[in-house]
Amino acid sequence: MTLYELFLAPFAEFAFMRLALVGCFALALGCAPIGLFLVLRRMSLVGDAMSHAILPGAAIAFIAYGLSLTALSIGGLIAGLTVVLLSGLVTRLTQQKEDASFAAFYLLSLASGVLIVSKWGSNVDLMHILFGTVLAVDPPALLLVAGIATVTLLGLALFYRPLVLESFDSEFLRVTSGGGALAHFVFLVLVVLNLVAGFQALGTLMAVGLMMLPATSARMWANSLPALLAIAIGFALLAGYLGLLVSYHANLPSGPSIILMAGAGFVVSLLFGRQGGLAWRVLKFKHLEG
Amino acid sequence: MTALTLENLTLSYQRHPVVHHVTGAFRSGSSTAIVGPNGAGKSTLLKAIVGLLTPDHGHVRFEGVARRQLAYLPQQANIERQFPISVLDTILLGAAHAGSRWQRWFGGSSKAERERALAALDQVGLTGFEERPVGALSSGQFQRVLFARILLQDAPLILLDEPFTAIDARTTHDLLRIVAHWQAEGRTVIAVLHDFEQVHRHFDQTLLLAKECIGWGPSAEVLTRDNLLRANGMAERWVADAAVCHRDDEEVAA
Repeated sequence: MTLYELFLAPFAEFAFMRLALVGCFALALGCAPIGLFLVLRRMSLVGDAMSHAILPGAAIAFIAYGLSLTALSIGGLIAGLTVVLLSGLVTRLTQQKEDASFAAFYLLSLASGVLIVSKWGSNVDLMHILFGTVLAVDPPALLLVAGIATVTLLGLALFYRPLVLESFDSEFLRVTSGGGALAHFVFLVLVVLNLVAGFQALGTLMAVGLMMLPATSARMWANSLPALLAIAIGFALLAGYLGLLVSYHANLPSGPSIILMAGAGFVVSLLFGRQGGLAWRVLKFKHLEG
Repeated sequence: MTALTLENLTLSYQRHPVVHHVTGAFRSGSSTAIVGPNGAGKSTLLKAIVGLLTPDHGHVRFEGVARRQLAYLPQQANIERQFPISVLDTILLGAAHAGSRWQRWFGGSSKAERERALAALDQVGLTGFEERPVGALSSGQFQRVLFARILLQDAPLILLDEPFTAIDARTTHDLLRIVAHWQAEGRTVIAVLHDFEQVHRHFDQTLLLAKECIGWGPSAEVLTRDNLLRANGMAERWVADAAVCHRDDEEVAA
């Protein structure tokens, strides 16, 4: 097998692979920065919770309209935003912490979703919603994913300073500008939007992987926010490309392949990352002993 | 002239009152230490003044100063120290304080602001630390950075919540010189403190708090043995019918 056949031929020969690759790249551009802010705000598991939360909306849309991209997206978006709003309200009006209210509402949402699919759908439907397939991404789906990536990058650029402040010193933002709640809400809406984009290609369960793994990997390489953002996006792009290649050559499902590639990036970062990689630690100890 | 007035202010967490019917005024250009035992409501009062806590009863009124024109130093526990941000960028956040809401949210840092940030860094004795991540700083160094951020804010009203707790003597000495500089410039300074010697030497006014106002006025007159005994006793029990604290009207007018 030549290098061309290994790395380029699948995309040169098949249109569906090209669409999948562009879809993955668009996802990477939106999801990775969002994931990084989730990690920095110690909200890593909120992404996971939200990915479950969009299930009932997507399930209802799937049963009512079949595999309609618009219906699935709107359904998922409504369910996700409902959980965000309810959790936000409960956090502000009661003494519940945000992670606890998210946990409560996403579990309710997930149970409703499974109930709806079990009662009115089929296991095939459930599998489709849970695991998606990037190889079935068509031009309209690609437009949606690219549109969400664009909105995400513009949103992050516009709200960069409040987001940084909200993550670093939220009281300072509230005292000087009074916009902490708005920045937080805009950020959560972007999280939901990206999960909706992700579940088309990767399914609700896998979508969060492309968000969190590149972000946690990047944390091992840099110590400034712009560098972290660039590295996280780089890792996500690479995971998409390599994941699709592995999926094509080894005849494996695409979603898990992409996430496993992102996972491989995480393991490499954990071992060799410049910011506290485990391998450097071992080498340093040997050096000291010598 | 008054900078800030508290009118019958009552504050609570989960409906448990923490600060009870506090009334009084901070004169413009004055330096007031808020002292009292743990749990007396000192930090809670500061949070209400800066707008982080909504009063159950009463009001905080700013006079001649907009609420957004204040600088607030929170306790360090509320700041995410592992966030990947450099010392210089942290200080520059103080510059974002000025201008319209649009500028505060979306504006970048100008060259002049960077120069002011470097000057502030020099003033707190951290020249050469510009690019260091804040996560790599000691508590004392980080407190110096937060003071530099306040320098950049250039605010007429400065509130400090336990600025010298867990800070070594030399850093405390250096930071107190900056506080003295603010006082000399005529800024209103309000600080939650525990060290009575610091209060006597650097703050002409004292608000002694123990859930309610025990005394408010010149430090020497407020920090008496009787008042301190009263404060310590009251912080340990909840007095449902605690009296409203009145200041001498003439003094408020002055």
